Amino acid sequence: MSIDLQQFHETFFEESFEGLDIMESGLLGLEQGDVDLENINTIFRSAHSIKGGSGTFGFSAVAEFTHDMETLLDQMRNGERQVSKSVVETLLGSVDVLRNMLNAIRDGSDIDIDSVAETTVAIKAILGLENTVSAVENSTEVTAKGWIVHFKPFTDIMKTGNDTVRLIRELNSLADKAEVTINNDSLPALSDIEPEDCYQSWVINLIGGDISEDDIHEVFSWVDDDCELQIEALANEADYIGPERRDDERRQKAPERRNTERRTTKSSESSSIRVNISKVDELINMVGELVITQSMLSRFGDQEDFTPATIERLKDGLAQLESHTRELQESVMRVRMMPISFAFQRFPRLVHDLSTTFEKKIELIVTGEGTELDKTVLEKIGDPLVHLVRNSLDHGIESPADRVQAGKSETGVIELSAFHQGGNIVIQIKDDGAGLNKDKILSKAKEKGLVSQDERMPDEQVYDLIFRPGFSTADVVSDVSGRGVGMDVVRRNIRELGGAVEVKSTPGEGSVFTIRLPLTLAILDGQLVGIGEETYILPVISIIESLQVKSENINAVAGSAEVYRLRDEYIPIVRLYQIFGIKPISTDLENGLLVVVEAEGKKIAIYVDDLLGQQQVVIKSLETNFKKIEGLSGATILGDGTVALIIDIAGLIDLYQKDMASSVVSIKGAAA
Amino acid sequence: MSETAEELDAQETEKEFKELLTFFLAGEEYGVDILRVQEIKGWDSVTNIPNTPEYIRGVINIRGAIVPIIDMRLRFMLEKKEYDATTVVIILNVVSKGNADRVMGVVVDAVSDVYNVPINDVKASPDFGTAVDTEFVTGLATIDEKMIIVLDIDHMLNAAELAVVDKMTE
Amino acid sequence: MATILAVDDSASMRQMVSFTLKGAGYQVTEAADGQEALTKAKSQQFDLIITDVNMPVMDGITFIRNLRGEANYKFIPMLMLTTESAGDKKAEGKAAGATGWIVKPFNPDQLLNTVKKVLG
Repeated sequence: MSIDLQQFHETFFEESFEGLDIMESGLLGLEQGDVDLENINTIFRSAHSIKGGSGTFGFSAVAEFTHDMETLLDQMRNGERQVSKSVVETLLGSVDVLRNMLNAIRDGSDIDIDSVAETTVAIKAILGLENTVSAVENSTEVTAKGWIVHFKPFTDIMKTGNDTVRLIRELNSLADKAEVTINNDSLPALSDIEPEDCYQSWVINLIGGDISEDDIHEVFSWVDDDCELQIEALANEADYIGPERRDDERRQKAPERRNTERRTTKSSESSSIRVNISKVDELINMVGELVITQSMLSRFGDQEDFTPATIERLKDGLAQLESHTRELQESVMRVRMMPISFAFQRFPRLVHDLSTTFEKKIELIVTGEGTELDKTVLEKIGDPLVHLVRNSLDHGIESPADRVQAGKSETGVIELSAFHQGGNIVIQIKDDGAGLNKDKILSKAKEKGLVSQDERMPDEQVYDLIFRPGFSTADVVSDVSGRGVGMDVVRRNIRELGGAVEVKSTPGEGSVFTIRLPLTLAILDGQLVGIGEETYILPVISIIESLQVKSENINAVAGSAEVYRLRDEYIPIVRLYQIFGIKPISTDLENGLLVVVEAEGKKIAIYVDDLLGQQQVVIKSLETNFKKIEGLSGATILGDGTVALIIDIAGLIDLYQKDMASSVVSIKGAAA
Repeated sequence: MSETAEELDAQETEKEFKELLTFFLAGEEYGVDILRVQEIKGWDSVTNIPNTPEYIRGVINIRGAIVPIIDMRLRFMLEKKEYDATTVVIILNVVSKGNADRVMGVVVDAVSDVYNVPINDVKASPDFGTAVDTEFVTGLATIDEKMIIVLDIDHMLNAAELAVVDKMTE
Repeated sequence: MATILAVDDSASMRQMVSFTLKGAGYQVTEAADGQEALTKAKSQQFDLIITDVNMPVMDGITFIRNLRGEANYKFIPMLMLTTESAGDKKAEGKAAGATGWIVKPFNPDQLLNTVKKVLG
């Protein structure tokens, strides 16, 4: 029977990547001086597991590579080798190589043989080994037509669970014919016999079968130290006429490594998820409740007459249905949630490497790794986060010399944190560096024509300019930060996830980038608004307040722009019907309402004809059958089956600004 | 459907016949591959999408999917006509290269019939100013002495403003 | 059919061993470390133990040593999964009471052959 091992490959890859992460953080720990034996053992075990698994599943290149790593780690855990910075660096490098190898195998792409060879040489150099393939032991393939085996086990052979009958049976299966003679000379009197001891010995004649001496030793390999073994070849061939048996199965040599190293299935993002069993139990409970409610409601289907009493019960049942459905929905969403640690865990290594590259001293503080968010969002937030952290490292934190001069400590601090707020997850990247250079940003923006020459903007808006497409103040496009991937792409990627990003900065003290992401991509709390004959949806989370217009608070600014004075702020009024080309019920602001919303640190007041209800709304993509429309984040289907469009506040603000830019006016933000 | 529109197409081209659903639009009769027709609906209200060309009437809900509806008269700048009892929306499966199949609807004056046309009978269209751009016309067929203009749905509904931005060029 | 306890901290290895042995009709229970294995072995009688050596919490050799001390496991075959280079592990294992070993990497057929030999 042959078993297809491929079904275990995915599990192997997953656990290997986890193992590599464990190795990496363990090695980083070693470097910090955490030379704890348990730590080294953990690193060793991970390497050992990967080696074992890769060998078993036929990934011999991986097994070979990992073998030397394992040897090195073994020496370290035995105390034979000191933990030194260069050894840890080499091992860190080999973790990377291993990661790439596993990824390549999993995707079916080519392994980077050069980097593998390079690192192998480095490891072997440390081990003091010549870079040669270890010689294969020559086995003595002396075969004979027959053998005589004298087998005398020691008394406690059975105490290791070994069974003499089994051994003799195995010998028997090697040969065409076997004669067994038992020797009971050492057997004591019955009353003195210890049933757990072995007193007997045997002489076994094996005839035929093309057995080699090694084959016989093989049978006894486990009990080498527990017996006396004498093997003689039969001098004269016994006159044995029998069929030539060539049983290949008896000869078990090195395992065949026929499995191909490459796999044809692709999986860049893993399509499986690990779920805490308590979440699954919760779901089962919810579904149970739902079933009960459903069967209760189904009885109404048989109802002939509806009395006020039955209608009351029906209403109760429907209310229960709503609450159970909501609970089930929340439970299911939680299944898709994973802690953000999965996205954060690459940063210690990244910061470590980059600080070396940039010759800066950086301390990374990570908090809130347990904060959970949707798996898909988690997978996609990684790259934007990396870009922002790199940016802080490259442009934010000053060189150690500059920092000392500025009266700061040599080591810069980058804080990466995550927490829940409202229906969102908030991720912050804070550095105690030099902060954003307002003047430089403004002049660059003017230079690039993003902003008019006589522009006067409050600081927050200047900082926000770094997110505009076509903007980059890096004088030299550094390999790390400026690879054609700008802040505008970061913002776009985050918006695509339904989130937003903004920056706050204090010159000389540092900057904070704040990312807000919805906890789920699929569902939204929506405020229905009426504009003309049409219904649109505003995300409740962006709404600050709604109000009736008092005309004395409306101010016109340089032509077509209007602002509303709300307490001590002036908020731009956005006539949505104009931007969307809809015929409103009234163009007189006093007849409708203003809904004040906020996104990415900017506020606007949207003029609507009517406020309709609030409800949970399932977000459907416009792009599936159509395309992305600016200002809209998607669509949904209302209870009556009609489609309502969901407004993307940040996108709407962009649209409004573009609209206004053509009338050469800028938005004034919070400043009065 | 277990097979994509493309696969069905491939199977079809092996046969000698093409089955067409035909419809009327401003006095002309057009035909589309029946295998691409998902369903036919009467005209009902749509949700308008802002800042889109007039011929994109809006979107509707078809069993949970958001489907855009295109007015063919407006698309090809034909005379506008009031929708009446015969006005029909044909829901089509559209194939776009490198992307998943999409579902879109087109508003036409009325549905005509279903014909089995021998492939060889679909002749190349001379450039004689049909309302519809000849680049969207696969060819002309003659059925019962009528001329049917056979349309290339994929091309027509992927073109210009309707096209999903190709991932490469983004 | 016989019951086997398979112990390894690697999920993919456990899966492979389990699948292979179950396919041959054995009943298989899994454990991820020596401590878990010890608890399971004490609550249910197994006919064969197969265990990895390097595991967190309690390693394979300690596990075997502990289990050997149990009356109902005095003669039960216990096999270690070792790598070729770990010669000293084999001796250590034997001293702790291991019956024998299976060398990693192994393929399913090798595993089955060894198990068949031991269980008869």
